[in-house]
Amino acid sequence: MRKLGGIRLSHHKGSENCKSQPLPRPEKVCIPMSMHIGAPCSPIVKKGDLVTVGQKIGDTDAFMSAPIHSSVSGKVTAISDYRMSNGRTCKLVEIQTDEEQAVCPDVQPPAVHDKDSFLSAIRESGLTGMGGASFPAHVKLAPRQKVDTLCINGAECEPYITSDYRQMAEAPDEVIDGALQVMKWLDLPRCVIGIESNKPEAIRILTERAAAHPEITVVSLPCTYPQGAEKVLIYNTLGRIVMEGQLPADQGVIVMNVSSVAFVSRYLKTGMPMVTRMVTVDGDVIGNRCNVVVPVGTPVKNVLEFAQCDLEKAKKILYGGPMMGVSVQDINDPVLKANNAILAFSEAFAKKHSPKATACIHCGRCISACPLNLMPPDISRAYARKDTAALEKLKVTLCMNCGCCTYVCPAKRPVAEINQFAKALAMSAAKK
Amino acid sequence: MGLLTVSPSPHVRSEMSTQKIMLMVILALVPAIAAGTIVFGPRALLLVIFCAAVSMMTELVCRKLMQKENTISDGSAMLTGVLLALNLPVTLPLWQAAVGCIFAIAVVKQLFGGLGCNFANPAITGRIFLLLSVGSDMTTWAKPFYYLDAPFFGLFETSGSAALDGLTGATPLVTGDAGLMELLLGNTGGSLGETSALALLIGGIFLIVTKLISPATPVAYLGSLAALTFVQVLITGGEMTDVLYALLSGGVLLGAFFMATDYVTTPITNKGKIIFGIGCGILTFVIREFASMPEGCSFSILLMNLLTPYIDRFTMTKPVGAGTPEKEGA
Repeated sequence: MRKLGGIRLSHHKGSENCKSQPLPRPEKVCIPMSMHIGAPCSPIVKKGDLVTVGQKIGDTDAFMSAPIHSSVSGKVTAISDYRMSNGRTCKLVEIQTDEEQAVCPDVQPPAVHDKDSFLSAIRESGLTGMGGASFPAHVKLAPRQKVDTLCINGAECEPYITSDYRQMAEAPDEVIDGALQVMKWLDLPRCVIGIESNKPEAIRILTERAAAHPEITVVSLPCTYPQGAEKVLIYNTLGRIVMEGQLPADQGVIVMNVSSVAFVSRYLKTGMPMVTRMVTVDGDVIGNRCNVVVPVGTPVKNVLEFAQCDLEKAKKILYGGPMMGVSVQDINDPVLKANNAILAFSEAFAKKHSPKATACIHCGRCISACPLNLMPPDISRAYARKDTAALEKLKVTLCMNCGCCTYVCPAKRPVAEINQFAKALAMSAAKK
Repeated sequence: MGLLTVSPSPHVRSEMSTQKIMLMVILALVPAIAAGTIVFGPRALLLVIFCAAVSMMTELVCRKLMQKENTISDGSAMLTGVLLALNLPVTLPLWQAAVGCIFAIAVVKQLFGGLGCNFANPAITGRIFLLLSVGSDMTTWAKPFYYLDAPFFGLFETSGSAALDGLTGATPLVTGDAGLMELLLGNTGGSLGETSALALLIGGIFLIVTKLISPATPVAYLGSLAALTFVQVLITGGEMTDVLYALLSGGVLLGAFFMATDYVTTPITNKGKIIFGIGCGILTFVIREFASMPEGCSFSILLMNLLTPYIDRFTMTKPVGAGTPEKEGA
């Protein structure tokens, strides 16, 4: 079977042997009330309140959402407005940390005895997809469709990032146990774990641990970005195609990140909700690249300082990887639940990788690079004349913004960016 | 630290650039330029440099007049000049070569909007323009190594010059009297860059190995031309070496590797490139056999350039996941 894939990238996985270590207690944390796809939470604490580690501080009645917990113990010093990278605003709870770091008495292993109690426990854990998209896990785990397979994403196809790899290497049993728990409570007979072949150690360890569970298979994926993209992963591990407008569940699949399933395992044992996450810190201005376990809401600055970043030289800072990561706007912005990496780059790097766009030379590299065989030059022309019918035909809505097209473009055109504009236009036209 | 740079993803770009592509194609043409210089003397090199310079000047002036950004550094004008020069007979007067370059850049390329917007290959169209306007000068072919007997190694001799009497002749495509070895090495008459099949093959293979071009076009072009010649040999009863002869003589190799693979004016998908190549092969064969023209390569590529938008339309890719969803269990 032909595997889907876009482009070969330099891996830059220099931090793969950096054992995870806890970040020293930050002086304060700033926890946004929206770190997930869906409705933002409302703060349920107010200024002056004392909070403890794992205490719920934000919640909502909306289904598509996940509660938010305090990652530290201390005093709420302010509740302000926070502009997120997508341009919307939400509330931000600022907490001054104290010495004790007392754990909330509510943090107890949840009582799980059936699917419903499992799902409500997952909701209470605040788990959102840890691979980057931050989809509320309790929603993902309760599809209306009949599902038969749990597909675990251990591809970690973005350059630099190694936090999923460290999870698999340091605590493979958490991954296997988490997978078994999800399969047990959702009654899924089968599980595949897809790992890119540049992580032979992770493949070896997990294959070894999965040997006792014939229902779990470990699949080695080719080293072509974007193996971790949901549709690519599902096709390359299971041979199923998620069609336009479908969710993975329509093809009987639930996809979870390795770190997410490992979290499920830990949560069911300890009851500690999602208040920390492992973050890879790397980039050309980082003195000491590392994997750190960071309390959610810690300012990016603290993490960079811990990794001996030359803050004077840092010009571009990213949440996540260089292909799909989001620019950090302010060094005091918080680390979010979905941040698998913080990368910091110099001005020279930023300049080199934002060259001036020139005329399209029709070379077709973007088409060959697209894992889904889209045709960006045609999309771009159709978008320029606002031709929504043509965009519909070109299936622009399939574009997942993996960035392969922009990466390979010799004319340095913002191909993926234009695709996103075109996609938004096509979707707004489809709604009418 | 100052303000952070905020931009949409991806935040990294590949090393490949338009300029690098153009320069690498020129690099791939170096063996052909060298072979041309050895066979036809220093004037061959002079023409190449002259055409490149005139093309770049024309680009510069056009962009200035149109008040558009200067694009001379992308290397495409230089490549057009080099390619056009390689398509010229070595004895062509410089002013005619200059007219060809100006036509190629100003009319074929810049009037349509510059790089990426032209529908016809500038170098090919420039050649055809010259062929139709100064036909006799364009079809005066110096004999290999004529320059050894000409004053100043032929540097200043143009077609019609008395010093060249007896040093020019027809191309082997017309006379058919060159051996295969001569065609391979370029020891024959013809345009200054298309005589040595070996030099062109080296350049073509370099382009394929470095993935600058897809092998689809040259394979389809040369394959279809060879197949048609083969059928002709079977019917009319010739020698099998005629098939090789058809591939190695004239401008076919230069066309197949360097002109029919021009990104801008040829189809974008591999399927389209195969159709384009086969079309070129058929047209080249037909023109060579049935038209009064000795050489069909340039015309075939130009005609296929015109069909490119249609080929592109019929060879669109099928996106993964496009189509009506088949709900499982439904």
